[in-house]
Amino acid sequence: MSGRGTGKLARLVLRRDRIILPIWVLFFSLFPVSLASSIKNLYPTDADRQEYFANNASNAGYRALFGPAYSADLGALVAQRMTDVKVIIALISLLVVIRHTRTEEDARRRELLAATPVGRQAPVNAVLLVTVLANLVLGAVFAAGISGLGLAGGGTLALAFALAMSGILFAAAGALVAQVTSSARTARGIGILFLALCYLIRLVADAGGPDSGLAWLAWLSPFGWLQKVAPYTDDNWALFLLVIALAAAFALGAYTLNGRRDLGAGLLADRLGRAEGSPALGGPLALAWRMHRVALLGWAVAFGVAGAFFGGIADEAGQNAGDNETARDIIARMGGHESLSDSFMVSLTSLVGLVGAGYAVQTVLRMRAEETAGRVEPVLATSVSRLRYAASHLFFTLLGPAVALLLYGVVAGLAYGASTDDVGGELPAVLGGALVQLPAIWLVGAITVLAFGLLPGSPPPAGWPWRSASSSASSVRSST
Amino acid sequence: MTDAISLAGLVKTYGSTRALDGLDLSVQQGEVHGFLGPNGAGKTTTIRILLGLMRADSGSVQILGQEPWSNAPELHKRLAYVPGDVTLWPNLSGGEAIDLLGRMRGGLDKRRRGELLERFDLDPRKKGRAYSKGNRQKVALVAALAADVDLLIFDEPTSGLDPLMEETFRQVVREERERRGCTVLLSSHILSEVEALCTRVTIIRAGRTVDTGSLAEMRQFGHISISAELSGPPAGLADLSGVHDLSIHDGHLECTVDPGNLDEVLRTLGTIGVRTITSHPPTLEELFLRHYDAGAEPASATGDAVASR
Ligand SMILES: Nc1ncnc2c1ncn2[C@@H]1O[C@H](COP(=O)(O)OP(=O)(O)OP(=O)(O)O)[C@@H](O)[C@H]1O
Ligand SMILES: [Mg+2]
Repeated sequence: MSGRGTGKLARLVLRRDRIILPIWVLFFSLFPVSLASSIKNLYPTDADRQEYFANNASNAGYRALFGPAYSADLGALVAQRMTDVKVIIALISLLVVIRHTRTEEDARRRELLAATPVGRQAPVNAVLLVTVLANLVLGAVFAAGISGLGLAGGGTLALAFALAMSGILFAAAGALVAQVTSSARTARGIGILFLALCYLIRLVADAGGPDSGLAWLAWLSPFGWLQKVAPYTDDNWALFLLVIALAAAFALGAYTLNGRRDLGAGLLADRLGRAEGSPALGGPLALAWRMHRVALLGWAVAFGVAGAFFGGIADEAGQNAGDNETARDIIARMGGHESLSDSFMVSLTSLVGLVGAGYAVQTVLRMRAEETAGRVEPVLATSVSRLRYAASHLFFTLLGPAVALLLYGVVAGLAYGASTDDVGGELPAVLGGALVQLPAIWLVGAITVLAFGLLPGSPPPAGWPWRSASSSASSVRSST
Repeated sequence: MTDAISLAGLVKTYGSTRALDGLDLSVQQGEVHGFLGPNGAGKTTTIRILLGLMRADSGSVQILGQEPWSNAPELHKRLAYVPGDVTLWPNLSGGEAIDLLGRMRGGLDKRRRGELLERFDLDPRKKGRAYSKGNRQKVALVAALAADVDLLIFDEPTSGLDPLMEETFRQVVREERERRGCTVLLSSHILSEVEALCTRVTIIRAGRTVDTGSLAEMRQFGHISISAELSGPPAGLADLSGVHDLSIHDGHLECTVDPGNLDEVLRTLGTIGVRTITSHPPTLEELFLRHYDAGAEPASATGDAVASR
């Protein structure tokens, strides 16, 4: 009954995403196929693969980023390489579900639909149906694609299902956060935070190798479960039950909340605000601060926590690296395990830089969202110039990642220094390594601004902050 | 007296849509000017160009003696704007939004702000999302009306307001005008509001000005409606010039007549013989409906529109 109209709404979802949906499904099923065949081409013989396994696939940084390879077989190496693909598929599925639930509700389009004879659960049903099917298709295309590599059929099936399940699990998570929060932005924030946490826990668990004291952490992360399926090595199908159970729990939570709550409401009711603006709330920068402060706080905390984790495990990861002769030889030649810990720290820091670039893009998207919501117009109708308005947001594009990286650098440097008894030496080194990422991050932010400025479709008066901002973006670019 | 707003030959296209097609508008200093037209006529587009938020493809724009596109921030210190569909910041209270907009414009009158909040019966402590549509509109109205400016621009400002609040809005606008002599441009679909507030109006359709002038003038030049019971055969009526919308059924006549031809029509009716007759000058609704109806020929083509000024 309450799911009435699911089919119609699913068609609406398909109609709205008719271009982007096939693109992401095909891309993230075919791109992994090409990754798999490139592993086969680069390491054609067993001996090649043994060497790759010993030198790369088992080194600490690689293992942290991708998790362990369970053997030197081609299948196991391919399965290891799929770790980040799973994260991306999960991220996309999460965002798709929020886009078709909470975003619709925020924009009050859901209200229009809800007044027609569709059931209360139909919108959630529809988007989950589409996303689950999309992920299954993705898995099937991937399985068909790598069937030419001569891998074991059972393992291929398990790996393909692992890809699909990562998407399905986070689709369900998306449905849940969309119900809990009262805006799409918060929903995305919480969803991505959860995803990042799952990834981070698995990373910390794997960084020290199977014998490290932290290896048990992998059981706390769904990415850990999917990894322990170990396609082509063990094919632990039973572990999928865990993932499916969690996905079902998320979906059940989403349905329960959606069945109970008022349209447009979250779990928490809004409180009353101030009757008058504080004296500080006097200009575009103060307004932008109100828009960006929660995100800034969240990112700063997240980066600080990441710094504590990474700095804390780097030394141990370096010591545990190389559980065979070849690896130990290489390590000795490279200058002992300390330099290995250092290089581990470096690769983790560049990963953090990548995430920081995502934050920079997010600040620019926030500016864009203000505009599409129609909130820029009244501001530009006061004596605030377009450039000044754009600058107020772009200030946070520059400042936000800088604060987050600074915090990461200090915490990671202290933690790493403490574990190696060399705070004086490591703190400046790690902090410096973190801060050199900044220009690149700002560049990504600047390019995003430029892209929006050049976008032909951005409708007036919308386009205008962008035109002005693009010129400031180019000056940011020339300064980096 | 200089014009507060003067637009001439304004053209604006969105891709293949020609939203404004040679629009003219002039608003005199100190007047409340009604800006009318059917949906999609280009009112909002015109206002955005006036505010310097968009640039016209061609045509000249002068507002408070300046060109808005390049002088927007300076100019905006002297004007306040209320859009028809107000979106507020979800995490700012209404009071904060009012103060923020006021300060960005260069300050607002605290006493006036309090007074307006009271008269509009608005709780400033609610967060942006928690307001009803009408209350969101009031937030923007208070922010604009508490500002000490020379020009107020309203784009359907009372959409969503209840009749009581609509009345409050009218009173406040009248007071503002008397107190400070500010100019008001009011785009609205509510004819009674226009009639109550505006001294002059401009009517546009499909991006062009079809009529402009004072309401009294427009009435004077609009068609006069006649309805009568005839006692004889209606010979010769259809041939008279200046008679429109003629219908005769069972001796009952309905038509509209150009003011200049009224004498002649009455003489003809006298010859035919009349049992009863009523005639009245055009109501505002009739005036506007004539211009709004896309099927009717544009008033300018019949020669009574812009020419009447
Ligand atoms: N961003 C846009 N892109 C394309 N066309 C647009 C855009 N904005 C407005 N138009 C078109 O321009 C024309 C004028 O629109 P405008 O919003 O100015 O009308 P309006 O007179 O304010 O109507 P209403 O009384 O409904 O508010 C319409 O045909 C509309 O479809
Ligand atoms: Mg409009």
